[in-house]
Amino acid sequence: MSALGELSKLKTGGHQTPEQRAARRKEASRDNRAGYAFLAPWLVGLFAFTIGPMLASLYLSFTDYNLIQSPNFTGFDNLVRMLGDERLHTSLRVTFTYVLVGVPLQLIVALGIALLLNKGMRGLPFYRSVFYLPSMLGGSVAIALLWRQIFGTDGLINQMLRAFGVDATIGYVSHPDYALWALILLHVWTFGSPMVIFLAGLRQIPTMYYEAAALDGANKRNLFLRVTLPLLSPIIFFNLVLQIIGAFQSFTQAYIVSGGSGGPSDSTLFYTLYLYERGFTNFQMGYASAMAWLLLVIIAAFTAINFFAAKYWVFYDD
Amino acid sequence: MALMTQIRQRSRAIAEDSEDSYFEKLGSNSRTRFLRHVILCAVGAIMLYPLLWMLASSFKPSSEVFADLSLWPSEWDLTNYTEGWNALNHPFHLYLWNSFVVVALTIVGNLASCSLAAYAFARMQFFGKKPLFALMLGTLMLPGHVLLIPQYVIFNLLGWMNTYLPLVVPNFLATNAFFIFLMVQFMRALPSELDDAARIDGCGPFRTFFRVILPLCVPALATTAIFTFISTWNEFFGPLLYLTDSALYTVPLALRQFMDSEGQSAWGPMFAMSVVSLAPIIGFFIAGQKYLIKGIATTGLK
Repeated sequence: MSALGELSKLKTGGHQTPEQRAARRKEASRDNRAGYAFLAPWLVGLFAFTIGPMLASLYLSFTDYNLIQSPNFTGFDNLVRMLGDERLHTSLRVTFTYVLVGVPLQLIVALGIALLLNKGMRGLPFYRSVFYLPSMLGGSVAIALLWRQIFGTDGLINQMLRAFGVDATIGYVSHPDYALWALILLHVWTFGSPMVIFLAGLRQIPTMYYEAAALDGANKRNLFLRVTLPLLSPIIFFNLVLQIIGAFQSFTQAYIVSGGSGGPSDSTLFYTLYLYERGFTNFQMGYASAMAWLLLVIIAAFTAINFFAAKYWVFYDD
Repeated sequence: MALMTQIRQRSRAIAEDSEDSYFEKLGSNSRTRFLRHVILCAVGAIMLYPLLWMLASSFKPSSEVFADLSLWPSEWDLTNYTEGWNALNHPFHLYLWNSFVVVALTIVGNLASCSLAAYAFARMQFFGKKPLFALMLGTLMLPGHVLLIPQYVIFNLLGWMNTYLPLVVPNFLATNAFFIFLMVQFMRALPSELDDAARIDGCGPFRTFFRVILPLCVPALATTAIFTFISTWNEFFGPLLYLTDSALYTVPLALRQFMDSEGQSAWGPMFAMSVVSLAPIIGFFIAGQKYLIKGIATTGLK
């Protein structure tokens, strides 16, 4: 059961008569003190480091704040400035491209490999490890540095092309048309973690569905389209939602690959990079807070759209 | 009926020699199976090639790094390692030690605080449990950037800049909801009779937790520890914000300094130190694979 499943269960679960509810509440009250004792660290953290800061940043997003002088309330000034901020628009475009291309591409590869692997391969644990390893390493500075080298002017890619006699002189990470694609490729390279989730999902599809479909004369294509895909759709949905949320927040790879600048010519200026620049290089913390809230709204909107669209393509077995 | 029995038998025979699903094998002969291995090996080779090339390059003399695309150095040369180790302001073992301190404290914090909260959510009844649980799940999906600036301000006011406290203290307050969720899932699966038996034997909730439930949660705790290790070891953004003194740098911050090094002579030491920085992750990955694969399948963690 996934986190998303839990959430949807919460909404629907628990129809009780008033008597039952009263009895339960009475029973529960005995444990109230103990329960909150166990929750105390989490509750302190929740208020001190999550809810408090969230409200504070909401307030700060309506102010000018530079960390030294106290925040100066400016109403919707930040929002108006954001509307006219060309670099913000660039960063949104870059981030959307990264998310909308990188995430589906990564999931398609993950699903494809998971389907190949699921076919009772000999050496499945070995393959699974090989494919999974990059997602453990993908977030590290070391790999980002390696990427910067591989796609550099004299990097591995160009060296290989030259070995085949191609006159390769483009530095991919220093070319505005290609730099973002190097990062998208890095994202696809870490397809291992959704792949493992797909594998777990494929395992749970009961074989009887395949037996029944095969008896009815379904061919392989139909088995895939009418049995595997529908039964796997909750897992695809789960991966899609989580990967989108994660991809919007990518920072390290773009920071390292672009040398901290989001360059060349802002072609890898991820939203988070620009936020960091505004907040912690220019110390425009009010503006950066407003940007953070816009990111929250965008991510929430994407998640809501996903949940809404799920009605039409996600199939729940139970 | 005959067909059905035949299929059943065949599927059972297949299920015996491997744990695959039935239909997949139905139409697969040895040739398509061979083809599948070829595809998987090819994809695996492409994926691992950059890593292996980096490893090989770290042992090659600088002049050879680009002249030679092979994965086997003609001679094994440790110069890059000795050079890289001392290329930065401080010797590399200082950065390794710093990272180790942060990681160890983070693991302890996560294990202690998240298991407490998880026990309450999974096995106790109290007023407001449902909304609090929903709130906890909500924070799972909250982008950390909305918390960033106020948190920075708080840590600044507390005088915690240039210390490990901003990186470590939140973990002692269970701010990583993923691990709470992971442990809740695990604890829910334990039979509820355990708590009843402990209660009858006179255990209060704390003794039940420490003596009965926690020892049974070792797999979930191990998963949490490994995931915490990997994500904290790789963590770049937090240290970037809070650590400015290079003597306090963790490994990712130290490595970042190689970012500015240009020219081919600098690549060798950079690769060497990159290999050093990745080695612990790969070690943990190999040692803890079982837990990782399980953990990722239940929570969708990276």
